Amino acid sequence: MTAPSLRRIGLAVAAPALAAGVALIISSIVLIISGSNPIDAYSDMFNNAKKLETSVDILNRATPLYISGVAAAIGFRMNLFNIGVEGQYLLAAFFASVAGGAVDLPPVFHVALVLFVAMTVGAAWGGFAGVLKVTRGVNEVISTIMLNFIAVGGIIAWLIVVWQDDTGQVNSGTTPIPESGRMPNLNSWVEVFTREISKGRELTGVLLIAIAVGILYHLFINRSRIGYEFRASGYNPFASQAAGIDSKKMVLTAMLLSGAVAGLVGMVEVLSENFRFDQSFVKGMGFQGIAVALLGRNKPVGIALAALLFGFLNASAGALQVGGTASREIVVIMQATILLAAVIAYEVVNRLRQKDEARTAAALLAESAS
Amino acid sequence: MANAIELIGITKRFPGVIANDNVNLAVERGEIHAVCGENGAGKSTLMKILYGMQPPDEGTIKVNDSEVKLSSPGDAIELGIGMVHQHFMLADNLTVMENVILGSEPMKRGIIDLDAARQHLVEVSEAYGLTVHPDDLVETLEVGERQRVEIIKVLYRGAEVLILDEPTAVLVPQEVEALFDNMRDLKAAGASIIFIDHKLDEVLEIADTITVIRQGRTVATVKPDDVTAHDLAELMVGSELPSPQAGESTVTDDVALRIDSLTVHDADERSVVDDVSFEVRRGEIVGIAGVEGNGQTELINAIIGTDSPRSGTISLFGADITHASVGKRREAGLAYVPQDRHQEGLLLDAPLWENTALGHHTRPPFTKGIWFDRVGARERTEQIRRDFDVRTPNVEVPAHALSGGNQQKLILGKEISSHPKLFVAAHPTRGIDVGAQAAVWQDIREARFDGLATLLISADLEELIGLSDTVLVMLRGKIVATLDPAEITPRDLGAYMTGVAVSEEAS
Ligand SMILES: Nc1ncnc2c1ncn2[C@@H]1O[C@H](COP(=O)(O)OP(=O)(O)OP(=O)(O)O)[C@@H](O)[C@H]1O
Ligand SMILES: [Mg+2]
Repeated sequence: MTAPSLRRIGLAVAAPALAAGVALIISSIVLIISGSNPIDAYSDMFNNAKKLETSVDILNRATPLYISGVAAAIGFRMNLFNIGVEGQYLLAAFFASVAGGAVDLPPVFHVALVLFVAMTVGAAWGGFAGVLKVTRGVNEVISTIMLNFIAVGGIIAWLIVVWQDDTGQVNSGTTPIPESGRMPNLNSWVEVFTREISKGRELTGVLLIAIAVGILYHLFINRSRIGYEFRASGYNPFASQAAGIDSKKMVLTAMLLSGAVAGLVGMVEVLSENFRFDQSFVKGMGFQGIAVALLGRNKPVGIALAALLFGFLNASAGALQVGGTASREIVVIMQATILLAAVIAYEVVNRLRQKDEARTAAALLAESAS
Repeated sequence: MANAIELIGITKRFPGVIANDNVNLAVERGEIHAVCGENGAGKSTLMKILYGMQPPDEGTIKVNDSEVKLSSPGDAIELGIGMVHQHFMLADNLTVMENVILGSEPMKRGIIDLDAARQHLVEVSEAYGLTVHPDDLVETLEVGERQRVEIIKVLYRGAEVLILDEPTAVLVPQEVEALFDNMRDLKAAGASIIFIDHKLDEVLEIADTITVIRQGRTVATVKPDDVTAHDLAELMVGSELPSPQAGESTVTDDVALRIDSLTVHDADERSVVDDVSFEVRRGEIVGIAGVEGNGQTELINAIIGTDSPRSGTISLFGADITHASVGKRREAGLAYVPQDRHQEGLLLDAPLWENTALGHHTRPPFTKGIWFDRVGARERTEQIRRDFDVRTPNVEVPAHALSGGNQQKLILGKEISSHPKLFVAAHPTRGIDVGAQAAVWQDIREARFDGLATLLISADLEELIGLSDTVLVMLRGKIVATLDPAEITPRDLGAYMTGVAVSEEAS
């Protein structure tokens, strides 16, 4: 391998490393100010992560983040700021839970139905913002924020009371999905390589769906013809229009696809953890997905790494709390600093790379001249 | 005489290219200094360095004989240097005045002092004889007017040194004359002007001194009286000055494009294209002459399908395409070179091979079934790079890294190499150097020979007359004359375009 290409690889790794370093320093300062020992806190986090059960936990947490990140990234690639993943996935999860709890079907079909309802509802809710943009010119940021409110504060809040199962529980929600509509866990697959996973921890089967989403996203955006039209329209809608790419159709496609993928975000809860939608259904995945997509630069693998990192931090929150070394909120501060540092680091490294290439070019030219 | 500007030993490298290689340039106070050179020679880069937009890797900049360091355009403006870019940078949805004061708003008690701004703007425009209407929306302006706004914007900031990057490329001859008058006035008022131009007769007419750059190096500094256009061309590209010649007629009887009673309305329901009819046959080049803003843009948009006409029909090889989608027309063999390459022609942040696919991405070599063919796209781009002499280190660079002329060559290359049946070319050689221009004309002629029907819109009247088999003149949305290029001069054509001359058949 030649020296320049080595250096190029170095530069590629430099940005995330730089970001992580800066984030670590800032988090340490915050920890010290809040009266905790950063070394203790970090070692707690890492010791915790080394446990097999925590690894499973991290994957379980990274799965919805990854799907949410891809949903946001689909919009970003078209210069659409889809803030609505939050509302889309909650609404989708709600209706999917209702549908899953209302029927009795053979196993595979039952799960398929839940997934289908989730994606359809997500697509519809995202597509709604798309239609508003295409026909009325409503900015998607505004429409998706409003649709979030309508979904969470309106539709779900109302229907969850109307449709709740009447078992009389305090925290009641939709009728639980029967066994046939649940996704089997992947514990047995993991245990081929490791020891037995302790009781109570199950690696979600939705992980497979997330991997499929990632592969399809890559094939779609980077390899397919429509993906090309999609990116072109994101780069320059006017030029694309003159080239025969219908930019309205692309906006609509983007919002529908983004929404459909967003619909899958809640599936970990619905298909392998809670099996129903109740008041404590996990929220905020849509917003974290935006951060994950930004950190992962909208790239399939980048988003995966970012989701794992955020999953790890989320999983650490509990450990910090239990260990008493720091408050769990430090995790949120770390996520924010990582994101900020990453945005800056990418820019810095980009400039360095350009300088570097210019120097290499000059050297080559000088060589050929002599 | 004292030097207003002196650039000494400027070197600037980009990934894969040396844009400026030890360039020297001295501009005297009160002179008009032309910078000439082939596409990619490094002219724009040098100007951007002088304007503080890009730092030089090496070299010094002197303003009024003292060395300066420019780290942003703000620094340059402070020193009285202003620049009008090759690609205009106005905000379309703001008014003329808002655009002019943007970034240097006069403030009074924390709010913008609009009265003071307006007064200053009027003073500046009167002092230099540049007429603009402060409250017009920029998007409604024609190119010549936009350019005046750009120039006023620079003067408003008190510039004494003006940099104009290819100011005449987008203008019709009358507007060029007006611009040159403005430039002479500015010079009389003590300003120094550096300008870039590919049209050598214009350079010889207006410049006091000419510096020629070739492959990033200064090769000569000459006085216009000592050289001919011929000499300049040789200095720039080392080749003869080309002239467009259509050669033998290859016009057939097959009608490719038929426009019938076409009327297009604008947003205010005015007829911007008014009952226009004409035909373009296979092997024929039909030129459209007209001062910008007389309906040419709307006519083109209706033909390529980005705008829908109010009435009339458009047919391609007998098939009615009046309401067909752009995509359908593209697939039927329509190729299109837009007039504004940045806005309509390129994906500036995408690599070159993704740019070549644009508009042809539904056909091989860019597609394989439902997949985008990356290998095919790269190969085609390499081929265009060779055939059309697009100067670039490789096809992976983003389109914004190409010089203006090379961007144009890429667009031309991708459209011509798609083997179109109908070619709609708006200002195909805009911004292209004299050497490459000859090659482009040759390409168009060869395609014509193979039966291509071409609709040519150009502000370059010699190009129109030289290439076309028929020239139509558009004025206020109507075709007011149909002329035989063999029998007219640019001067005649100019008279028709401004409505001074009226053709017998139309009257
Ligand atoms: N931002 C950039 N990144 C990489 N390369 C660049 C960049 N800007 C310019 N270049 C390269 O520098 C060289 C000089 O470009 P420049 O724009 O100065 O040419 P020019 O003389 O203005 O040509 P033209 O007549 O076509 O406008 C070109 O080879 C171009 O590809
Ligand atoms: Mg240039």
